[in-house]
Order: sequence, then structure tokens, then C-alpha cells
Amino acid sequence: MDSKTATVSVDIKKARKRRSKEIIRRFRKNKLAMVGLVIITIMILMAVFADVIADYEEGAIRQHSDQRLLSPSWEHPFGTDTYGRDQLARVVHGARVSLSLGVFTTVISLGLGGLLGAMCGYYGGVFDEIVMRLMDILLSIPTLLMAIAIVSALGPTVMNLLIAITISQIPVFTRVVRSSVLSVVGEDYIEAAKIGGSKDLHIILHDVLPNAIGPIIVQGTMSIAAMILLAAGLSFIGLGVQPPQPEWGNMLNQARDNMMTHPYLVIIPGICIAISAFSINLVGDGLRDALDPKLKN
Amino acid sequence: MLKYILRRLLLLIPILLGVILLIMFIMDLTPGDPATLLLGINATPEAIEELNDELGFNDPLLVQYADYIIGALHGDLGTSWQTSRPVFGEIMSRFPVTLKLAVFSIIVTAIIGIPLGIISAIKKYSVLDMVCTSVAMIFTSLPRFWLGMMLILLFSVQLGWLPTNGVGTWKHYILPVFTLAAPTAAKIMRLTRTTMLETIRSDYVRTARSKGAGENRIIVHHELKNAILPVVTSLGIEFGQLLGGAILIETVFSMQGISTLMITAIRMKDTPLVTGSIVFFATMVCITMLIIDLLYTAIDPRLRTKYTKAK
Amino acid sequence: MSSIAQNDNILEIKDLHVVYETDSETVYAVNGIDLSLKAGKTLGIVGETGAGKTTTALSILRLLPQDIGKITSGSITFNGQELLTLGKSEMQKIRGASISMIFQDPMTSLNPVNTVGDQIYESLMLHNDEHKSKKELEERVDAILESVGIPKTRKKEYPHQFSGGMKQRIVIAIALACHPAVVIADEPTTALDVTIQAQVLAMMSALRDQLGMAMILITHDLGVVAETCDDVAVMYAGEIVESGTVEDIFGHVRHHPYTEGLFGSIPSLGSDAKRLKPISGLMPDPTNLPTGCSFHPRCPYATEKCREEKPEARYFGTHFVACHLITGGEPKNDE
Repeated sequence: MDSKTATVSVDIKKARKRRSKEIIRRFRKNKLAMVGLVIITIMILMAVFADVIADYEEGAIRQHSDQRLLSPSWEHPFGTDTYGRDQLARVVHGARVSLSLGVFTTVISLGLGGLLGAMCGYYGGVFDEIVMRLMDILLSIPTLLMAIAIVSALGPTVMNLLIAITISQIPVFTRVVRSSVLSVVGEDYIEAAKIGGSKDLHIILHDVLPNAIGPIIVQGTMSIAAMILLAAGLSFIGLGVQPPQPEWGNMLNQARDNMMTHPYLVIIPGICIAISAFSINLVGDGLRDALDPKLKN
Repeated sequence: MLKYILRRLLLLIPILLGVILLIMFIMDLTPGDPATLLLGINATPEAIEELNDELGFNDPLLVQYADYIIGALHGDLGTSWQTSRPVFGEIMSRFPVTLKLAVFSIIVTAIIGIPLGIISAIKKYSVLDMVCTSVAMIFTSLPRFWLGMMLILLFSVQLGWLPTNGVGTWKHYILPVFTLAAPTAAKIMRLTRTTMLETIRSDYVRTARSKGAGENRIIVHHELKNAILPVVTSLGIEFGQLLGGAILIETVFSMQGISTLMITAIRMKDTPLVTGSIVFFATMVCITMLIIDLLYTAIDPRLRTKYTKAK
Repeated sequence: MSSIAQNDNILEIKDLHVVYETDSETVYAVNGIDLSLKAGKTLGIVGETGAGKTTTALSILRLLPQDIGKITSGSITFNGQELLTLGKSEMQKIRGASISMIFQDPMTSLNPVNTVGDQIYESLMLHNDEHKSKKELEERVDAILESVGIPKTRKKEYPHQFSGGMKQRIVIAIALACHPAVVIADEPTTALDVTIQAQVLAMMSALRDQLGMAMILITHDLGVVAETCDDVAVMYAGEIVESGTVEDIFGHVRHHPYTEGLFGSIPSLGSDAKRLKPISGLMPDPTNLPTGCSFHPRCPYATEKCREEKPEARYFGTHFVACHLITGGEPKNDE
């Protein structure tokens, strides 16, 4: 009996490995997704090496009254803003904040929401009922509104922005993970693991989640893009990252007064947001098609 | 059916109560006590204490919540600290602008998104499909408020065709509505395309073909009729998000809607107005969801028969 | 022999080749089959899943999945009329009216948002050459429903309100609504409970006799074939390996090893309870078919010749076999 279950689990592992290889192959064949991956990698590298490109204090924060609103030139490729700061420096340092907000909020809400969702799907019953009703309540408040409520109550800091976005995103992941888990929980191999006497947590982590991971990864990827947009939006109305710290959304807010005369000030940060979100969405689409080729076409 | 509607209405109550409680709880996290904010730091401790008493802030939280909910049921969402006018009145004076924005946007979304999705699915892999899906992908990735700014730059500043801000004429609504609708239309287009493709491959469409039905009949009578159902639900959810998304758009186009009212209230720390606006928004969203749910039940025979039979 | 036979053949398939092409691979689903169906008779097509039976059926109505399925060569004639070159609208006139199809899975074959009455009505309405009034057509719908054993009062109901067996009766009603000359039934009972299978099958046979239709019955149930068919064709890997009358196939003469295998894998009450002999191995990969006889990797009698050469078809009267082991008879003659 034991050796039999052992070989079965080895077989499952092998099958899983073969499947992941096939998924990677399909993803690499998708040109658009690969373009997205390259662009987002460049954006991330830009954020990581922001300090090499421009000094934070000197370039992105210190104001130079003699260099206000200079149009793009060799010295300032993206021009300078109202306070005479180099916009290139602010864009690359802003990338750090914007991109990491997108990633961190997604990772944390995926972790918390995912755990809740997995438990709901696995245990079901009263626990599931209560959690899902709570999530219904959270979902009846539009995402942006929820985030605004939290930030306005706690005060506009990067930390509170992170908390606000994370909370507003938890129900989304709870639902996705729950339905993914529900779709595999009835399968025979889960029953087999239960009968075999494995602990619940072990089953969830080793048997349930790996088999339900596909839609979760796709939703997670798309969520990073959505969160970047949300964070930028909140900063734009003054409820997110506060100046002088640069972030793409608050750069747009600060540039609003001068946008008629100096359009580059609003065009460039906006394009950064759009390109990041676009390339992440391309990757997400590619992942979805690679994970489930039936959905393509 | 009537019984079903009643049951859905009853289900709405705990959700709404939950929403109100949650928002009140979050707003309570605001540091500092209200009377100090109202009277300023120079006020005497006695005066502060008196005002807190008068406004009910010394009552236990649960009592405060209960008072608020009872008030809300009567259309009383408290009094604005800034203007000393009833919050509900303030909201209602601004609501038409926001509602118009959201309603026009959802109409534009449906008019653009659904037909393009259908055409893309039918002409799968054609140039038109490629263009539509790529443009949709770009629009879903654009920050709405930035799109609005770009449109202002193009149509108002460069071309001078349309006004940049305000709500005076219908022309004032063109850019905001398009800005608000474009990313949603892109989303709906993609969804319609997906659901259409699913039905195109379905067995019952093959059955219809085997009867000798022509392409147009198959598209309208068999494919669209099935594919449209999930799109309707999605339009409902998106309407809620559009109401929320209007916040950014009203800011960009300086429109006097609820959103700008709320953001001013946040800056002024006018808590009753902030709470009231959010509660109002959430109620609107809940009601929209209910209407969409009922509509869905009415148009999907699988659900309709379930509830008409269960008497 | 062939010239006489041709006159009473209502449907004839000659050298049909069908492929499914996707980005990455080409599936050779049907590889040069010949079939003929006599008016008023029933032809059974048997074989394992993936042998190309459904593909053959869909090819007749030209309902292969768009963009992927392609008929690369061959001919299909109905009453002497070539179907493969017909225009779109002419083909639509044939579908449902002259040739119709009963699909495998009644759960998914009916449109969930239209009433069953409407779905039968649609068939009649599309082929309403006599310009009958709506009322007359509705009366026809009632009569058809009753004829498949469903009370006409239920015509305003939706598919989900019926059981699986009832749904298949509705699918049959749709297919037979216009009294087609040929009906193709693609495993019509596979998705149903065993007890209901017999009922549905008996009803189909009765209606077939009553309406005088010819029928192609696709199945992997040899018992069903013995009961309902006049002729049988055995398909393997997109080819017909053996065909003949029911007596030929079930008689005690030499059979294709694959046919023997099929018989060996069904339990029979009559014989002693010997162990079942399933055919070893799996269907060959249709993207990469073996050389020679496509059955050789699984054939217990395979020789070197089988691996290299495609077997010649041999005729023994009405009986036809394609196997190197079976000699004698006449070679296949194409007029």
C-alpha cells in the first residue's frame, strides 16, 4: 500500500514537471507575452538601479529655483518640473515606489486572501459562509472608495496606502483561491491523501494548492498591474505617496497646473504607468493562454 | 418570482448594515477627537467635552453606530461640520452629476464594447480582431485620470473643440464620459469576445448548424443569446466600479459631483460628510448589484424557472 | 455488381481524407475511406474512440470545426449529388431537411436558453418549403414531441428541466422533424444510463422504420449493431479495415484481427466465462501513423510485411477485409 502511494505520488510529481515544461514552452512561443516580459524587466532594472542613474537626494528631491520647467534637453532628457528637479531622476526613483507598491500589495493580499480562500474552500461549512459574507460586504464597496476611506482615516502615508490597497484586494483573492481550491478538493487524489492520514495543512500546501495554482498566478499577475494603477490614482488625488517623495501618480498631480504649457510633465510619468501596466497585462495574458490553451482562440 | 425578489431585498439588509458598520469603524480610526477638530486647539476642555457630549461622541461605539443607522434609515446621514448643512442634502445636490457620468459611461461601454467583442469573435484572427484586441489591451492598462489629461491636451488645448472643465452643457460630458468608459468598454469587449468564442465552439451551435440554420441566425439566436448573459452581470459590477472611478474623473475635469465633494471633505477632515458619501456610494452599488441580479434571473431561463417553480 | 449497387445507394463516400490542422501539428483523422448507405437501410460504424467515426459523420454534413478540420480529398454524394462542392446556402438546405444528425451528448447539444418547442420549431421553420402557417408548424411540433414520448404540454420548458434520456429524445425529435432521408446517429446512447439506452434505441429504430429513413449508427457497442444494423463497417485509425452485412461480420468466417479483438473485449453470456481479452496497446498517435498496416503495432499476428506494406483490400461477396493474413477473394476494384 505504502509503496503504491509512493509511486503514485512520484508519478504525479513527474506529470506536474512535464506539465510545467509544456507551459513554459507555450509561454515562450507567445511573442506578445515575451515582449511584455522584456519591457517589465527593463522597468524593474530601472527601479533597482535608480541610484546609479540619478542620485536620490541631489536629483529627485533638491529643488533648483534656477532650473524650473526646462524642456527636455541633453542635460535633462525628460525636462525639469516646477521646482527645477530633473524629471528623469524622479521617474526612475518613482518607479521604485510605484512598482514595489504593485508587487507588495499583491503579494500580501494574495497571501492573506489566499489563505482565507484556501481554508474556505477546504473546510467549507459555517466558516466558509461567514468569511464569504464578510467578503461580500467588502466587495460592495468599490475598490477605490475603500482605499480612500482607509487612507483618509489613517492619514496619507506610503504604509497606509499599502494597507488600504491590500485590504481592498483581499476579497478578490479569497474568491479566486476559494473557487480554485473547490475545483480540486473533490478530486480523488485529495480524498486519497485524507484517507492516507495526512494533516490538513499538509494537504492544502502539497496537494490542493499546486493543482489550483494556475488561475491564482494569472490573477496575481493581472493584479500587480491593477494595483499600480490604483496606487497612482490615490496618489494623484493626494491620498497616496506624499511629495516630495516621487511617485508616478503624485508627479502627475503636481504637473497638472502646468500641463497646458509643459505637456511633457504629464506625458512621461503617465506613459511609465501605462507601459508598466500594459507589459504586466501582456505577461498575464500569456500566462493564462499557456496554462489553459483551451481558452485561447 | 415575487418571493425571490423579497428574499433578495432581505439579503441586501445585512450587507448594507455590514458596509455601514465597516465604514464607520474605519472612519473611527481617524486620530484626534471630533470636538477638538471642530473648535480648534484653543478651545477650553469644558467646551470640547460639552460638544462631544452633544454630538454623541461620548456614547459607546455601538450606540453611536445604532444611532447612525437609525438616522440613515430616515435619510439622515448627520450634519456636515464644514457647512453645518445636512450631509444627505449636500450629497443629493451633487449626485446628479456623478450619476449622469456613470450612466452615460455604462451606456457608451455597452454600445462600444459588446458589438466590437461580437465582431472580433466572429472574425477571429482577422485584422479587425487583432486591432480591436490590441487596442482593448492598451486601454485596460491606461490610468483613467491620465487618459483624461491626455484627452484634454488633445481636444481642448490643441484642437480647442471641447471645454476642459465644468458641467454646463452636454459638451462638457463628452470627454469625461469617454475617459471613464474607455477602459471599461475595453474590458467588456474582451469579455464579450471570450464568451462568444465559448458559445461558437459549443455543441448546441453545432446542433443549430446541423438543422440548416444560416450564419446570421446562428449568431443572433444561438450564440449571442447565450454569450450575453455573463456580460450583463459584468456590466452591473462595472457600473459600481464606474461610480467609484468617477472620483478621479471628476477631479481631472473639475466637475462638481459627489467625488469632488468627498475629496474636499477628506482634506477638511469633515468626517460626517466623508462617511456619508462613502455609505451613499456603497448603497448605490449594492442596489445596482441587486437590480442586475434580478435582471439576470429574469433573462436566464435556468434561473428563472428555478424561482418561478419554487412557489 | 457495383453498377447495380450504386442505384440504391442514397449516400456514398469515396476515398475521403480529413485532417485537423493546428499551429503545431496535423492530425490525420480519416485516411481514404469508402462507405455506402442504401436507402432505408442502417449502416453501423464501429471502432474505438478516436478511430475517426465522428469525423466521418461531421464530414458528411460539412460540420467539421471551422478553421481546423479540413477535407483534403474524396467525394461524398447524396442521391448522386456531390456534397463537398455545394455552396453554403445549398448545404444549409440539405442539413436538417435531407440529412440530419443526432449528437452524442444530449446535455450539451441543446441550446440552454431556448425552449425545446422553439428548438424543434426552428428545424421546421428553416425548411418550410410549403409555406405552412405558424399554427400548422406548432401543431407539427406537438405531434413530433408526442412521437418521441414527450407530452406536448412540456414544449414551453427549457432543456435543463428534462432528464438526460428526455433530452436525447428531444435531440432525436429535432433531427427527425423534417423527415430526412438520412439520419446520422453519433453514439446516441453513450451518455445515457444503461436502462434508458435500450428505450431510446428501440424508439429510434421504430421511428426509422416508420419514416423509412436510412441511418448511419455510430457506436462502439457490438450488441447494438447486431440488433439494429443491416451493414457494418469497422474503423481503425481513420481507415475501414473490414465491412459487410451484419451476417458477414458476426458470422464464423475469417475476420480482421482488429475485429476479432473488438469481439474479444466484450463479455458474452453465452460463452464460458473465459477471461476477457482486451486489445493490448493504444490507438496509434494520429499525428504520426505507423507505416504499413496501421494496426500492426497491436496485432498479435503482425509480420514483417505488415510493418512495411499497406494491405490490399479483398472482397468476398459483400464482405470486405483489409489484412495481409487474409488472402483470396477479389481485389478491390474501382469501376
